[in-house]
Amino acid sequence: MKLLAFGKIAEIIGKQEIEIENFPNTDILVGYLQQQYPALKDLKFSIAIDKKQVNGNISIATGAEVALLPPFSGG
Amino acid sequence: MDRFERQYILPGFGPASQQKLRKTSVLIIGAGGLGCPALLYLSAAGIGKIGIIDGDVVSLSNLNRQVLFGKEDLGKNKAETAAKIIQKKYNDIEVEAFPYFLTKENILGIIQNYDLIIDGSDNFHTRYLVNDACLIAGKPLVFGAIYQHEGQVAIFNAKGPHSINYRDLYPIPPSAREVPNCNETGVLGVLPGIIGTWMAAECIKYLTGYGNSLEDKMLFYDLQNHNSYQVQLAKNQDSNQSRPKNHSELQEMDYQDFCGLSAQTDWEAALSLLKNANHSVLVDVRELGEQPELDDIDHLQIALADLPNSRSQLASFQNILLFCQSGSRSLKAVDMLKSQFPDKNIQSVEGGILRYLFD
Repeated sequence: MKLLAFGKIAEIIGKQEIEIENFPNTDILVGYLQQQYPALKDLKFSIAIDKKQVNGNISIATGAEVALLPPFSGG
Repeated sequence: MDRFERQYILPGFGPASQQKLRKTSVLIIGAGGLGCPALLYLSAAGIGKIGIIDGDVVSLSNLNRQVLFGKEDLGKNKAETAAKIIQKKYNDIEVEAFPYFLTKENILGIIQNYDLIIDGSDNFHTRYLVNDACLIAGKPLVFGAIYQHEGQVAIFNAKGPHSINYRDLYPIPPSAREVPNCNETGVLGVLPGIIGTWMAAECIKYLTGYGNSLEDKMLFYDLQNHNSYQVQLAKNQDSNQSRPKNHSELQEMDYQDFCGLSAQTDWEAALSLLKNANHSVLVDVRELGEQPELDDIDHLQIALADLPNSRSQLASFQNILLFCQSGSRSLKAVDMLKSQFPDKNIQSVEGGILRYLFD
């Protein structure tokens, strides 16, 4: 699956786009990412699967595109 | 012919859309990097009445992106200065300036007189305040925000409670320390120029029905590679958890606290912030010569009574930590400084110097 990251999340992961193995749902994916990149634990973000925002723990279809969307405050 | 002729003749827009703009009022929150371009284009497009609220004054470091202002405007209030410039350009629209910051006390009274609200503020607690007030007052909200080389734009609350609002995306606010703003991380002036112009475009499209607006959607943009990403937003059952539902609940909110900006901190957290965060400063607000002195940490000395005149000394800092003898004067000092700098993290160190030296 493809993972897209924005803002500070992309800084932490080091890339805006990475290919990773498939994860069955968003909770497992986030848990894995927090383990790989502990700094993510301190961040709030929303999740989109195939360009649609999802809330709660949602299953991820094989080959889906998952985006991590942090809030920005600057103006 | 009038100054809107090119808009009349645009297929799909026409005189009827122009008439809608003429009859509409828009409030722009923040005459900053986003507010300046939004204001320029909305006034040029012929929005009938535009309000501008900003309690800040123009400073030198604003000029790379707040393109309405020049060197002769340094030190002047942004809302009043912007309103004067726009009114001079166009005498056929009404321009109203609010030369103070938005608060939970004044927000509902101000937004009720406008049809649409544009949020170009630069901090989370204002963004949540604006979102919540727009929900209570039933006002559509054009949202825009930036981070380094990226921006995001959305229209919230387009059709009342069934529409998406900011809390559907972020029910739990990030702390101000989690996501720095432009004052801390820097920004190329063109990025808020692009995002602020998109906000103006979304405002015009929403008001006239021209094209497809970003209602219930968020558009992300990256200046470095021109990548954009549009997300369909979804209602979130957590969004109502701590949201004030009416005027009196709004008055009970403490937005600074809600966004992790509590007025007090302890020495351990304060010292860690001073060491790790850029643009941080420690200030002794006691009178000169009060004992004991703090001699092992760099700090400024500005007595409580002198704080209202210390703007230029403190303007460049983002985290301002205040201490006194035992922590009560520094708590007062937090209130005084927050009214001058609502977007900064200002905290009193609990227990003052006595706790630092003797605990």
